[in-house]
Amino acid sequence: MDFNLKIWRQKNAREKGHFETYHISGIEEDASFLEMLDILNEQLIREGCDPVAVERGCQSSGPVSFDHDCREGICGACSLYIDGRAHGPDDHVTTCQLFMRHFKDGATITVEPFRSPAFPIIKDLVVDRTAFDKILQAGGFISVRTGAAQDGNTILIPHDNAEKSMDAAACVGCGACVATCKNGSAMLFVAARVSSLALLPQGRPEAARRAKNMVAKMEELGFGGCTNTRACEMECPKGISIDHIARLNREFLKAKFRD
Amino acid sequence: MAEKLISKIPDGPLAEKWTKRKSELRLVNPNNRRKLEIIVVGTGLGGASAAASLGELGYNVKVFCISDSPRRAHSIAAQGGINAAKNYQNDNDAVYRLFYDTIKGGDYRSREANVYRLAEVSSAIIDQCVAQGVPFAREYGGYLANRSFGGVQVSRTFYARGQTGQQLLLGAYAALNRQVAAGTVKSYPRHEMLDLVVINGQAKGIIARNLVTGKLERFGAHAVVIATGGYGNAYFLSTNAMNSNGSAAWQCYKKGAFFANPCFAQIHPTCIPVHGEQQCKLTLMSESLRNDGRIWVPKKMEDVIKLREKKIKPSQIPEEDRDYYLERRYPAFGNLVPRDVASRAAKERCDAGFGVNETGLAVFLDFADAIKRLGHQRVQERYGNLFDMYFKINNVSPWEEPMMIYPAIHYTMGGIWVDYDLQTTIPGLYAIGEANFSDHGGNRLGASALMQGLADGYFVLPVTIADYLSNKFAEPKTDINDPAFEEAEKAVQARIDKLFSIKGNKTVDSLHKKLGNIMWEYVGMARSEEGLKKAIEEIKELKKEFYENVRVPGEQNEFNQELEKALRLEDFFEIGELMARDALNRNESCGGHFRVESQTEEGEAKRDDANYMYVAAWEYKGEDQEPELHKEPLKYEFIEVKTRNYKE
Repeated sequence: MDFNLKIWRQKNAREKGHFETYHISGIEEDASFLEMLDILNEQLIREGCDPVAVERGCQSSGPVSFDHDCREGICGACSLYIDGRAHGPDDHVTTCQLFMRHFKDGATITVEPFRSPAFPIIKDLVVDRTAFDKILQAGGFISVRTGAAQDGNTILIPHDNAEKSMDAAACVGCGACVATCKNGSAMLFVAARVSSLALLPQGRPEAARRAKNMVAKMEELGFGGCTNTRACEMECPKGISIDHIARLNREFLKAKFRD
Repeated sequence: MAEKLISKIPDGPLAEKWTKRKSELRLVNPNNRRKLEIIVVGTGLGGASAAASLGELGYNVKVFCISDSPRRAHSIAAQGGINAAKNYQNDNDAVYRLFYDTIKGGDYRSREANVYRLAEVSSAIIDQCVAQGVPFAREYGGYLANRSFGGVQVSRTFYARGQTGQQLLLGAYAALNRQVAAGTVKSYPRHEMLDLVVINGQAKGIIARNLVTGKLERFGAHAVVIATGGYGNAYFLSTNAMNSNGSAAWQCYKKGAFFANPCFAQIHPTCIPVHGEQQCKLTLMSESLRNDGRIWVPKKMEDVIKLREKKIKPSQIPEEDRDYYLERRYPAFGNLVPRDVASRAAKERCDAGFGVNETGLAVFLDFADAIKRLGHQRVQERYGNLFDMYFKINNVSPWEEPMMIYPAIHYTMGGIWVDYDLQTTIPGLYAIGEANFSDHGGNRLGASALMQGLADGYFVLPVTIADYLSNKFAEPKTDINDPAFEEAEKAVQARIDKLFSIKGNKTVDSLHKKLGNIMWEYVGMARSEEGLKKAIEEIKELKKEFYENVRVPGEQNEFNQELEKALRLEDFFEIGELMARDALNRNESCGGHFRVESQTEEGEAKRDDANYMYVAAWEYKGEDQEPELHKEPLKYEFIEVKTRNYKE
């Protein structure tokens, strides 16, 4: 298969970015999207510089930087905005699970980083998502010290609650929800964690406080508010439901009433 | 130098050793802990749990990872589960049985005392994780559910769908986040350790490259903990994450830490087969699938040919024409034999020509029976996400046709040599989780990597490290202007400068692929003296080519993934060579290490206890020098060493 790739290039956080177009051919349809980018990078390195860019007066931009790691949809590192969709034109996948058979031969594919004021660009398609770590540091945990736990079976959890908690806990922290949301809200990310813990008896004692602190941190870090468009749910690679946002709101209101 | 290998195994009865050692270990008073600094490199299950636990104790911890967040460490990808000797199933499980299964599964090449301790603390791990809010699978009564894994006859594996590693890591990461918020732990994401700093024979810090700015930075501490996982990516194609690497451990080796049993690499039987030249990574399908999936190839060659030509579908082959070869060869354990046995059996069938895809390197893993027996709903609950994952990659639904699988490199049992306290041969340097060698011998059982990472991080290291630190609190903080830091940084800088100066025409990945081919061919599932010697020579040649012809684009002081890869590949050449050397030395078949010279008439692995019942610990002797082999004899006081038998 052959493609034209329109890729966002940006040297670092300070400099302005721009699109550059590359042609790539001989891609197997069973190749993953990231394998296709690997091949492009091989090509760019071998050429030493990109002729199209050079023609336009651009210095060699070198290989395209992008975040990736496990390549099986679980680490949450990959993060591309492809043809206007977070993780590209397949449902419930991360970019590493996107395969070239989902594209038409000869298509022009636009590849951008996840864009959000809370995710500054580091280089090309790589963004800084440490804001997510900070939100979780504000309360995304149960305060238990190593060694302090009782026997696991003394805490009974109905099967369905454990399953629901697991549905929320499946969040990989990729940031697709933020990149997709017109408000740049991280509500689905926050809700997934709050809800997963609130559904378990162990998580109840801190449930309200957790919701309040995490939402406050989210707002402080420049993420927008939620207006229930459900776009996040549609693009979440793990299909996390906005029902969890409703649960977050309940916990949040409880905390506010208590104040 | 043999005196360097003091294992510090406490004497006394097996079941009392850990209690005894704990009572001997010195403590650090809480007021003094905050004067002590500890560096933890890596944030997988071992690193995150250790850093969090040390932070809770009041130490000053600095934790480093190469990814953008600690949560991305490759432990996240572990699917099937975590073992613990809870005996919740009333199937006569016990600490001793978990210990015994692990020692036996490891083909009697791990330390009795370490493995017993692992089994002993396994139960507390589950409790800890439940308390943290890990949503383990539950039965309808609300009690914890279990499943079974390879190499055992009980159900002791706890799981959270097919995402157990993710959930356990998110638990440890949450504990870590709590400590970051409390100020006891400082997190350094996107930092890569490039050297260990040793002062007066003690580990005192690291040189790390800030992967965003590209600058080299110095960090000092009273002790350093390596939790950077394994070196399976030496094979290029593996189930490891793309960025997983052996470099931190390798730098420790070059600074004097012994490297043990490097040739013990695990080849996992159930991975998605290689599909083409452009592939960069293999995907694991969880071992838990072998609970209900049945592995087979056709009995008739004509069916194989039709399958390859896509003239028939596997589901059209009648029952009587299928060879369920694991059930045939190993009736007692069937599809749940240990990973090394299952992998070799798949290779045997494919070598005999029965591979079921175009490359001839695939077998079937079939769920038709399980779907019939359990119903769609139960199978969906157990394996739903794995079925989805398989479908996404292959465009074939396991609900309709069997999965195709083939063995791939998955885990390395070898690693930095540590004593019972998890301390390396360099005082003040500790290694935990997959990065050390101690618990899995020649083959790791399924659902035991998560157990070991968390055992080391939550319950062993935080206790043992205090013994070393107990007299260090009065010492001044490590001075990062010490000449040792200067020298280490200069050496790293020289490495980087050299890589940029080559300006050749070969990409890092193309050379890494070549290394992978050599490794898989000669240091893979079947190893011979001739092949291993060839591997050593070919790796040397390839390394030469790398230094003559590699191209590392860009600059140092920027985000530069090619430079990261080049630095890691430099180390993989050397790791690969040591793996081959170790494999050549170990002229026996044991666990994942299969020497063709050492097999029974039936083609089963033949161990040689008389000559090889030892840990091979290699000491670095300098650039282009042959490393020196030290042997730590393995003594089995409490169990009888037997030939592994999964047939009866």
